[in-house]
Amino acid sequence: MIPSSFSYTAPSTLDEALKVLNELGDEAKILAGGHSLIPMMKLRFAEPEHLVDLNNIPGLSYINIEDGTLNIGAMTRESEMEESGDVQQHFPIFLDAAKLIADPQVRNFGTIGGNIAHGDAANDHPAVMIALGAEVEITGTGGKRTVGIDDFFYGFYATAVEDGEILTEIRVPVPSGKFGNAYHKTERKVGDYATGGVAVQIELDDSGTCTRAGIGLTNVNPTPLRATRSEEALVGTKVTAAEIEAAGQMAAEDCNPSDDLRGDADYKRRVIKALTKRMITKALERANS
Amino acid sequence: MKTPITLKINGEEHSFEVEPRTLLVHLIREQANMTGTHIGCDTSSCGACTLLIDGKSAKSCTILAVQANGKEITTVEGLATAEGVHPIQEGFKENHGLHCGFCTPGMMLRAIELLEKNPDPTEEEIRWGISGNLCRCTGYNNIVKAIQYAGAKMRGDELPSTEPVFVE
Repeated sequence: MIPSSFSYTAPSTLDEALKVLNELGDEAKILAGGHSLIPMMKLRFAEPEHLVDLNNIPGLSYINIEDGTLNIGAMTRESEMEESGDVQQHFPIFLDAAKLIADPQVRNFGTIGGNIAHGDAANDHPAVMIALGAEVEITGTGGKRTVGIDDFFYGFYATAVEDGEILTEIRVPVPSGKFGNAYHKTERKVGDYATGGVAVQIELDDSGTCTRAGIGLTNVNPTPLRATRSEEALVGTKVTAAEIEAAGQMAAEDCNPSDDLRGDADYKRRVIKALTKRMITKALERANS
Repeated sequence: MKTPITLKINGEEHSFEVEPRTLLVHLIREQANMTGTHIGCDTSSCGACTLLIDGKSAKSCTILAVQANGKEITTVEGLATAEGVHPIQEGFKENHGLHCGFCTPGMMLRAIELLEKNPDPTEEEIRWGISGNLCRCTGYNNIVKAIQYAGAKMRGDELPSTEPVFVE
């Protein structure tokens, strides 16, 4: 399978890329890792007239912690996330996710920015970012703006990134107190989309009371979904078995899965309930270890 | 419109004219005439098209040839030298790590990056490491042994037994 014809530009600076994107408008697509876009182009689900390749622009790939924020450059590869000491120390949730994102070859090229900007509720990082309360930096010719993750996903393949703009950075707050996070999805085989996935971050005060809970769900709604009621069921409690059970039940009730080849909606709700309970438990263990 | 690109394949500079939509695997097979890189699923699932781009294993059915402009590519044709076969090739040969051989080039190139990052991987690490490469005949036991053998050889350790293991 070969994509239909397109023109290709690989600018060497961000300004040049923005200029080209503004000239081309909605006829252009951004090429990052390409491991979501190119398969779609091969199947002719996507037929952009122009591809603007960001791979030759230096300075878009980095991971650092500054002033209590984990900053991730949008072109950072999944494999670089796996190898980062900052990620390993504070955010094992990314290692949980990385292991389940496609396979090592795909992770060598797939980028974290692309995973989010693709706007697919079946991708894994959107739910993870919801759990972590991330914000996203979007750069246009007029400068940079910041969008909270809850205002980022508009619909199927639609995000807050407008034509002529580029997602340039993801910022994840590093909580000051005790916290733990975890992600898991069920998949039929390596590389398949999730039957369902759950990302959780639990933050605790010194007495072990939950001060914030973030729970994001993968592939059980047209857009990545925050399990708001489940979060509220945990905040202010000691996160005992009763609250975990209630949060799992609420996540199952509040998601909107569809019947497909990965299972029917009822089955997927059960998957979400089981995974929500397990990921809360795992995040809690990590917070306390 | 064709775009001129230059890339180094197995240490040799090559120049090509390609359409932007040409996939890297097609360039390698049809323009560079190196057919050791296979097309299996053509959907980045099976790993038969795996090669190394600047030392990183990549699925060349999901990368555009223009993206490889200026890069160094290693294919299975580049593994053996005048001194003999690469340790990973020896590992597959000695341990019966292949049957039909279709997945083997991709398996070996993936294993090379795995062993570079993790010279002494556990069996589980090897199995996760080759999770993007499918074998539909030998099964994975001998492939795991082949990679363990290559790891030992590259580390200079004593080579593991290549006797087949019979399961009662």
